Amino acid sequence: MSALLARIVGSRLFWPIVMLFVLFVVNLIAFPGFFSITIKDGHLFGSLIDILRNGAPTLIIAVGMTLVIATRGIDLSVGAVAAISGAVACAIILGSPNPGSPATVAVAVLVAIGISLVLGVWNGFLVAVLGIQPIIATLILMTAGRGVAMLITEGQILTVNSPPFKMLGSGFWLGLPVAVIIAAVLFAAAALLTRRTALGMLIESVGINPEASRQAGVRARGLLFGVYTFCAFCAAIAGVILTANTAAADANNTGLFIELDAILAVVIGGTSLAGGRYSLAGTLVGALVIQTLVTTVYTVGIPPIATMVFKAAVVTIVCILQSPRTNQALGSFRRSLAVRAGKGAAAS
Amino acid sequence: MTDTAPVVEMRGISIEFPGVKALDGVDFRMFAGEVHSLMGENGAGKSTLIKALTGVYGIDGGTIVLGSEEVSFSGPAQAQAAGISTVYQEVNLLPNLSVAENIMLGREPRRFGSIDWRATRRRAAELLAGLNLEIDPTSLLGDHSLAVQQLVAIARAMDINARVLILDEPTSSLDADEVAELFRVIRSLKEQGVAILFVSHFLDQVYEIADRLTVLRNGRLVGEYRTEEILRIDLVQKMIGKELASLDDLEKRSRAVVEGDEDARAARFLDAEGIGRKGKVQPVDLPIAEGEVVGLAGLLGSGRTEVARLIGGIDRPDSGSIELRGDGVKLRTPRQAIAHRIAYSSENRRDEGIVGDLSVRDNIVLALQADRGWFRPIPKKRQEELAQSYIQALNIRPADPNALVRNLSGGNQQKVLLARWLAIAPRLLILDEPTRGIDIGAKAEIQKLVVNLAENGMSVLFISAELEEVLRLSHRVAVMRDRRMVADLVNDGLGVEELMALIAEGSGDEDNPGEAASASPTPPAGPAPADPEGALR
Repeated sequence: MSALLARIVGSRLFWPIVMLFVLFVVNLIAFPGFFSITIKDGHLFGSLIDILRNGAPTLIIAVGMTLVIATRGIDLSVGAVAAISGAVACAIILGSPNPGSPATVAVAVLVAIGISLVLGVWNGFLVAVLGIQPIIATLILMTAGRGVAMLITEGQILTVNSPPFKMLGSGFWLGLPVAVIIAAVLFAAAALLTRRTALGMLIESVGINPEASRQAGVRARGLLFGVYTFCAFCAAIAGVILTANTAAADANNTGLFIELDAILAVVIGGTSLAGGRYSLAGTLVGALVIQTLVTTVYTVGIPPIATMVFKAAVVTIVCILQSPRTNQALGSFRRSLAVRAGKGAAAS
Repeated sequence: MTDTAPVVEMRGISIEFPGVKALDGVDFRMFAGEVHSLMGENGAGKSTLIKALTGVYGIDGGTIVLGSEEVSFSGPAQAQAAGISTVYQEVNLLPNLSVAENIMLGREPRRFGSIDWRATRRRAAELLAGLNLEIDPTSLLGDHSLAVQQLVAIARAMDINARVLILDEPTSSLDADEVAELFRVIRSLKEQGVAILFVSHFLDQVYEIADRLTVLRNGRLVGEYRTEEILRIDLVQKMIGKELASLDDLEKRSRAVVEGDEDARAARFLDAEGIGRKGKVQPVDLPIAEGEVVGLAGLLGSGRTEVARLIGGIDRPDSGSIELRGDGVKLRTPRQAIAHRIAYSSENRRDEGIVGDLSVRDNIVLALQADRGWFRPIPKKRQEELAQSYIQALNIRPADPNALVRNLSGGNQQKVLLARWLAIAPRLLILDEPTRGIDIGAKAEIQKLVVNLAENGMSVLFISAELEEVLRLSHRVAVMRDRRMVADLVNDGLGVEELMALIAEGSGDEDNPGEAASASPTPPAGPAPADPEGALR
């Protein structure tokens, strides 16, 4: 029994899940209908569904970010890439004679993704070929990217009237929000791609010990290109969802600070910024914690001015719980649990 | 000079790291106006002793007396204040500041609370002049060669009126002229009464500059000698030591292979001709036959690792060519070498070998998986079989494929690495110090494995600081000294003494490398003029 407890406490996902649980309880107290999910017009509605839907873009970007961070890197440019992707999609739809046709939307989204892939390759080039530190390399695009998005929108907020496009952000399919379905598919694809092939192990190996990996014949350069390109791909999808949700591309505000939320989600999920072992499941929990936090602000009725402070406070608590010092203290607690479990087993 | 009291006297110094006794009751003295050289192979405890003297490590036992009072440093700053200055191998100055700023950094003369730049430059110029160096104090440090930067670092060290100057591998990347300039400065400091600790792997240089030698081995003091009173060969023997031969049967078996089967030996697997890299190792020739174990002997820094890295594709040679079974190949990356089934197992297990946070199983399959490409994962079941079979064959402890490699002991980590390379079924296995720092049992297992692999047709290039081990396993032994190959001998009853003579031999015989030994010399290595560009890389 306590052996099981020791294993649970020792799991990387323990504290993030506890945090999520605490937030749920707080919400439930403030708003008794928090867990209720109703069906209206064949669509699911409820606070939990809202959390999933609003958290989808952050989760999508966090998935890409997880792989980048696993290689000891970081990608600050995802917000800017999302803005570019949204701006490109809207500009194409606006310029088309037939904005409402699914074909137009498909072309717009594919072009947006294509351009983002080029941006991802650019990041990969700076990091893998030129050897620039990831934080600096992606800072370039973080700053320049918003400028590019601005050029695409010509400084305007591009509003589009295209039902199929709007569908991607706020529509429903089989009763579920389309954004959630997209996030789920992308998450599953990433998990399968990295864990069913050797990709995940090789990425971790490069993140833990780049020189040993090189000497073992691991193609580190190709892997770096791959993860930055994939991260930009995720940012592009998130950008499309964000833009479609409001049916407007705002070069200044689409995906603003989303890189920070994504990095936070990864870290809360237990993946170290020092690279190496990563956990996509952890990232999922991390993204949910962050989104639930935002929802909590509304349900509990925290004044909007205090939102940022509240968020920071919760993040601080999570970080303290995961810090090496706390882990050390918990480690001895865990060992005493394990010892007790051992004695219990011996007695029985 | 010996009559005077020593400036530094360390007595019975012991330092323990978890599980290891890095220094065990070591005595060490330094005298004013004398150059003292600290000698020993990797892991002998040289750098630990230096760090004890400079306050980087606290000592667990013993006393340090400086001048006439006992001291105990709790940090490098205290040691510096007491007059002990250190210049490290990697110059740790700021290339973006001027020479004067670097010399005076943190101790700039002040006037009215702000830095008096004129006085700073003047003081720097005085210090440089004191060393007879013509360097413009206002020039940017980064514009100078590494050698000059090193001299600037010495000038900086002198500003704190150092009584003791420690030079840790100062010559490792200097060419001959630069070394001469450094020695001139060292001699002038000697005349000023500074006690100098000079650490270098180059025996010629040690014999040129040092007055006194202290030899360490495995954390213990071997002895202190006056340089003119100890022959090179005795010094090398004291550094390397002798290990009791406990594997006689092994020796006989590998000998048998040498004597019989000349045809098989003639089948060359690899033929390296004139491969070299400027500033690292001068061009060498090295043929390796199928099923042959070639030993690479030499002291640390002699170029033995550098040669192995060129063949393993870790570093790119800038001269020469490599043929595999008669076909020219390019081994520009480890990946290409592995594709040709050449595996290099690094001497630096921790930084270049294991991937600590991955499991034993992942570490074992890593090279094989990388070679297959990420899209063709090795099936879980096959991975499990591979891991289990190597864990059993090499007796890896704990026998748990899921254990993280960083939690294993050094010997077991080494076995995991061996398993990684054996898993790709190499034709040539390059083992760089595979038995360093591991216990005697694991050592014997690895030696046995090498013999068995060679009997099955695998070629092995074996590097070790322990000559007995090299001689026991190798069919042929190539000897490196001061970055060049000085001999390539068939091991038919070669003795440790002979090998030591070759390793230690003075610079006078450089032109006829093999002559001192009775065996076949290498073809003369190509001319390698001093090349500051290459040397300073």
